[in-house]
Amino acid sequence: MVELAGRNLREAGLRNSLTTLGIGVGVASLVAMLSLGIGLQQFFNRQLGRSGLFDSIFVTQRQEFRGSRPQPADLTPPKPLDDSARKAFEGITGVDEVYPYFSAVGEFRLEGSKPDESHFSIVGGLPPSARGSEAFDDFQGEFYSGDNVAEVIILADFGRLLLNLPPEPANSDAKLTPEQVKQLLGKNLVFRYAQRSAETAAPAPAAAGDAAATDSSGFNIVRKDQNLRIMGVVNSEPYRGLRQGRTSVLLPNAFAEGLNMIQPGDVRSLIRPGQGGKVYSSIVVRVTKSKKVPEVEDQIKKLGYNAFSIVDASRNLTLAFTFLDLFLGIFGSLALAVASLGIVNTLVMAILERRREIGIMKALGASDGDVKWIFFVEAGSMGVLGGGLGVALGWLIGRVINFGTNVYMHRHDLRSQDFWYVPLWLILGALAFSVLVSWVAGMYPASRAAKLDPVEALRHD
Amino acid sequence: MGDNGNEAIKTVSLVRHYRLGRSVIPAVDGVSLAAKRGEFIALLGASGSGKSTLLNLIAGLDRPDAGEIVVDGQDLASMDSRQLAQYRRHTVGMVFQSFNLVPNMTLYENVELPMRFAETPRRDRKSRALEALRRVGLSDRMHHRPSEMSGGEQQRAALARALVNEPKILLADEPTGNLDSKTGTEIMDLIRELNRTLQMTVVMVTHEKPLAERYAGRLIFLGDGKLLSETENNKLGAAR
Repeated sequence: MVELAGRNLREAGLRNSLTTLGIGVGVASLVAMLSLGIGLQQFFNRQLGRSGLFDSIFVTQRQEFRGSRPQPADLTPPKPLDDSARKAFEGITGVDEVYPYFSAVGEFRLEGSKPDESHFSIVGGLPPSARGSEAFDDFQGEFYSGDNVAEVIILADFGRLLLNLPPEPANSDAKLTPEQVKQLLGKNLVFRYAQRSAETAAPAPAAAGDAAATDSSGFNIVRKDQNLRIMGVVNSEPYRGLRQGRTSVLLPNAFAEGLNMIQPGDVRSLIRPGQGGKVYSSIVVRVTKSKKVPEVEDQIKKLGYNAFSIVDASRNLTLAFTFLDLFLGIFGSLALAVASLGIVNTLVMAILERRREIGIMKALGASDGDVKWIFFVEAGSMGVLGGGLGVALGWLIGRVINFGTNVYMHRHDLRSQDFWYVPLWLILGALAFSVLVSWVAGMYPASRAAKLDPVEALRHD
Repeated sequence: MGDNGNEAIKTVSLVRHYRLGRSVIPAVDGVSLAAKRGEFIALLGASGSGKSTLLNLIAGLDRPDAGEIVVDGQDLASMDSRQLAQYRRHTVGMVFQSFNLVPNMTLYENVELPMRFAETPRRDRKSRALEALRRVGLSDRMHHRPSEMSGGEQQRAALARALVNEPKILLADEPTGNLDSKTGTEIMDLIRELNRTLQMTVVMVTHEKPLAERYAGRLIFLGDGKLLSETENNKLGAAR
């Protein structure tokens, strides 16, 4: 039967080729639409993943701020967010990296410049994993040579300040020219900051019943200078979503930790009894896969800390893309639906043309099922060939659009991106869908052909 | 079913009516006949007498409205369409006035076609198709298409196709109707040879009485769907 169907397809070659082409265009439209949707989803996921937002959990101490409400009498002291907490987080399965969040204010000037040429900026720390952040895509210079080195990466707009160039208010992420970057790289930056000194302060005069009378914890604040070597310039802030304010100067996280800069949490630890030790204002826990965020987040909460992630936002994004893919798929399928009418038309025409032949076949012993099967094979063959053609055509359309988009982006000084992705499941799915649609389209003609009265069919000229 | 073992075909009060608008046309109207194995029967009658309808009923291409039709011990009236297809594959072979070869197939492919439906293994198909073509003298034309052949050659190919599944009964509907007399005689000689050598039952529809008298052992006359008369062909012995 397959051979007979193949022969019939070859006999009406032009018509069947055009029908197959129609299916090909339908499948191509489906593949093109869906691969665009999938490509965009992957692009956004990639970008968001690289932003560090979707695999990070922000941990803070509980009851950190109670506003103006009175403190309850039986207030249980919150668990301090200290080194032991940090170690506990590191022990949770699925955790990739744990680092304290630093944010401090410092004064900076290029070594050798006049004292009045200094600038205040927020200074933050970067973990080694930050190298994979999207901000480093157009990074100029080199990353830190280690995690505990006196090196610094600065933002381009801060570099503009250091070079006494006019600011670019319209685009804070505007690039520096290679020549301007060259003037900064390797230079020393003098960093003046407030250090939390390890020395214990002298206890304040104690009044009767004063808690301080029994709690001698405390620290001094000392002004310190530190030379930092400028290693590189980034145009946008790495892990921007994790920070408050614009952090223009970035130190290696371990080095920043060692500087003992005064943090907002230090004031709280000074006030709270029994918390005179080193306490972090917040800790960032990065997991190996964003899927593990909820699980790790739960475990951190069980340990007695506040934990926050934006995994819900990620879920909503996935949902939005699922709908987008669905709609794109429906639109793509419309062309295939139109093409399926072409199959019906072609096969109905074939019945009219081959009416006598069907009669002959039945007279020679072909059953209704045999005749039906021949038409099904013909429809299925057009589906397979059209599907294959469509997948290839869809892929090609995708490549062309991707190329065109990247040319456009390149002209606008934007980095090339892949918005197009054709996964294997889409190829196989499109082929299967094409065959299925073709079979469904072939059902009516096949059934009609099978029901032909052989006597009537043999009389047909 | 009344099959005495020597009966190839038996019809009892067979009825087949067609509707044409509001009127009902009795194409076959209560025909009862019987044919022995190896017999050569001619169905004669004017156009519209019901002879082709009767042949189609015997071929299992059509179904009776009433009556009994038993061929080779099989009750055709009680068969479903799948069983009828099976019956057409193995029990009967047909030749038609207009040959009915598939035009886009070569002679070899046309002859091979019934074996495809009979699911004959591929290796057997070739040898049997070649043997059937050799029997009708078309071995050297097997790769030609019907349009490249004369009417006589096409009818011979149709005969080869009818024989290839080794049926017990050959049904011929005006087999010489589209042929000149010389070619018609060649075809009829071939059919008679098959009838004699293979002991194949032959039922031939024709409106040419002389042709029937020359080849058939029994002549059955139909008119308005009824069996008018049947006669043993005494002239046949003389012709032989």
